[in-house]
Amino acid sequence: MTRISRRGFFRTSAAGAAGLVIGFHLPSRARGQAAASFAPNAYLRISPEGRITVVVARSEMGQGVWTSLPMILAEELEADWNEITIEQAGASTLFGDQSTGGSASVRTTWDPMRKAGAQAREMLISAAARQWSVERDGCRAENGFIVHAASGRKLSYGELAASAAKLNPPDNPPMKNGGYRLLGKPLPRVETRSKVDGSAVYGIDFRLPGMKYAALARSEVIGGKVADFDATAAQGMPGVSFVGKIGDSAVAVVSDSTWNAIAARRALKITWDKGPNKDLNSAAILEALARADQAKAVKFFTAGDVSRIGGRRLEATYQLPFMAHAPMEPGNATAHFRSSECEIWAPTQVPQDCRDTIAASLGLKPEQVKVNVTLLGGGFGRRLEHDYALEAALVSRAANAPVKVVWTREDDMRCSTYRPVSLHRLSAVLDGNGWPTSFTHRIIGPSINGQKGSKPVNGVDSDFPDEASFLYPIANVSLEYVMTETPVPLGWMRSVYALQVAFASECFLDELAVAAGKDPLAYRLHLLAEDREIKYFDSSWRTARLRNVLQLAAEKAGWDKPLPAGHYRGIACFGCFSTYAAEVVEVTMAKGSPRVERVVAVLDCGQVINPNILEQQIQGAVVYAITNALRAQITIEGGRVAQGNFDDYPPLRMNEAPLVEAYFVPSTEAPSGAGEPPVPPLAPALANALFRATKKRARALPLVPANTGS
Amino acid sequence: MPNYTLTVNSVERTVQVSAETPLLWVLRDNLQLTGTKYGCGAGLCGACSIHVDGVLTRSCTLPISRVAGKHVRTIEGLGTSGLHPLQEAWIAEDVPQCGYCQSGQIMAAAALLAKTPNPSDEEIQNFMSANICRCGTYERIRRAIHRAVGGSR
Repeated sequence: MTRISRRGFFRTSAAGAAGLVIGFHLPSRARGQAAASFAPNAYLRISPEGRITVVVARSEMGQGVWTSLPMILAEELEADWNEITIEQAGASTLFGDQSTGGSASVRTTWDPMRKAGAQAREMLISAAARQWSVERDGCRAENGFIVHAASGRKLSYGELAASAAKLNPPDNPPMKNGGYRLLGKPLPRVETRSKVDGSAVYGIDFRLPGMKYAALARSEVIGGKVADFDATAAQGMPGVSFVGKIGDSAVAVVSDSTWNAIAARRALKITWDKGPNKDLNSAAILEALARADQAKAVKFFTAGDVSRIGGRRLEATYQLPFMAHAPMEPGNATAHFRSSECEIWAPTQVPQDCRDTIAASLGLKPEQVKVNVTLLGGGFGRRLEHDYALEAALVSRAANAPVKVVWTREDDMRCSTYRPVSLHRLSAVLDGNGWPTSFTHRIIGPSINGQKGSKPVNGVDSDFPDEASFLYPIANVSLEYVMTETPVPLGWMRSVYALQVAFASECFLDELAVAAGKDPLAYRLHLLAEDREIKYFDSSWRTARLRNVLQLAAEKAGWDKPLPAGHYRGIACFGCFSTYAAEVVEVTMAKGSPRVERVVAVLDCGQVINPNILEQQIQGAVVYAITNALRAQITIEGGRVAQGNFDDYPPLRMNEAPLVEAYFVPSTEAPSGAGEPPVPPLAPALANALFRATKKRARALPLVPANTGS
Repeated sequence: MPNYTLTVNSVERTVQVSAETPLLWVLRDNLQLTGTKYGCGAGLCGACSIHVDGVLTRSCTLPISRVAGKHVRTIEGLGTSGLHPLQEAWIAEDVPQCGYCQSGQIMAAAALLAKTPNPSDEEIQNFMSANICRCGTYERIRRAIHRAVGGSR
């Protein structure tokens, strides 16, 4: 196992810290450059001057794809890392699905990026061999040059660009299987300098000549509509050039600055038709989950037959609230609509969805909508929605001007999409030695994908295959889902259902260990003692890899060593997005509330592309997950979200953040997800630690006194 | 609308905006200094942190009328020649993830070091807790502040 540390690397590699030149080219401007270049595929261009441009077809939202994805290509290309320029792709037809989510950017681009680099390398070798009239076998690629070993001749990639461009790309170029120069090294991120000197361009920073600024008043009651509005006062406010209804549920104010738009919005007099949800509240939503028709339960994973097992039976019910993503950069997008075309600049995780939705809404063809992707000030799944971009397009058309729509923090908190509520009914039967012979987990809750209209997979939300596994090979298992509905808008939030499923099942497993009078680590290791394959939907899991991360987390946390007085710890593990994670959380108690003192997190995510970025992802996911566990809670009152800003939805701050020790398991497996898998084990490990402190079992998030009984 | 003259990063600037316009939006929309970020509009998160006459200030709740004649420093002008040592330390520790809050974090850290040249972990944590980072970069921020003052913790 490797403790992630970058210090040694920087000591020995001063040049590595120099970073890259970043070309944040917008696709429209990049056209024409390609003509004289060697562009064997959509991901790569090499100019005759030797500039290597790698196109990143995922969005940079903090997870490091501007660095990690080009590393994969550069490894096979044998390129000089310092000669590479990054280009952010907008919505395109060249790269397949460009959605950035599901911890999938490395997983889904690993093969195409490697192949793109290998293709180019083979063509450059062929071009050099022809030029020298030598055998290809005598030539090799090395740090931006093709070298002929026998004669010592070498040609740069730039010098070979024109002749390589005349060759056909090979379909199956040879690719590395280890012996990496770049992969696995903690290279610094390419865009860091721009993020510390204020020059980085996020969506909210983008600017067009003659651009106007818009703020929208939206119905805060879910499903409400604009019945009537009086624009007189708003129109008299400084800078205002347009006031008008956008769709059924919003009024836009367009002005000459962000502030003037926000100020004029306050002067709007809107009569709302609150609609059918005006009395909706969280208590009723949770009661409805408890009353949901259990006959509709779909069994989506079974082993043996839980109905035939008798013995000592335990049952428990767990519950989770709505949560909001709350990325630091609130929603925004810039649009320029011009009769038969529309161009968008947006901090989006889904440029193609933005393009297609806007085209459909404006009556344009998809190719008449150009979507450019800026930097994202956090995503966490919130920017998997196209709402900001669509608003900008509609306002630009209505106001007949290039427009930037900016959401306030209150807009973001109250008009968002939310992690769904859920209720979990668990039961198990223990044998005479306290080992479970059956385990049932029934998940009751509204479906994100169902609400958005996508088809269930085997009767469950189509996210379940990535997020709702159960990897203990107990003889009789039943995983079940009762899909309910809610008018509250739902969205995918970092780790999505894995957070809910892991909290319920890993806390309940802890309850079983307690009931059996066994140590919770030893209990889990016993259940995972034999290496078994678990087939779950179309993926395959190895219990040995889960056991391994558990053992390593326990070892690094000193599980077998006594804790200082007043310190308590808990453990949990989970597999999602093809990655295995285990965490040990150590807490103290202050005024009845847990304080997280230390977290040891271990990930097995296959081959590691960049340990520097992996450490960021693990530490960041843990901090995000602590907020989720301790106090992230969106409540609905009178049909509206009750929370509005960081005072009543308070993220973890630095004086509450623990030391997070991040480790990964060296592996030769294909790389798997990293951004989300460290989230799910945190809440159960924390709740399990809390149980040791209070002797009371908290079965609901957030872990506030009302739910912990302390 | 009235005119307001202030000095931003050592350059005198005059803007014509309504009196209650927060300095944040003057910096971003009128002066095109977009390194200072909007996060909450209520002085809760620190993304908009700047220095006014050397004092750490939330620009999202500060009306322009109260800044007239004053000296404002933003992330773009923090380093007097090249990057400030904190910015260098931020790069060396590769602190930012999404990066959106980092201008405010660095401006806050600069104010901390001005008062407390060699802060302890506890002093860093207490002072920097006024700033929110949703990516969870707190550990690297702490390391970067120590690095900037020459410490090795």
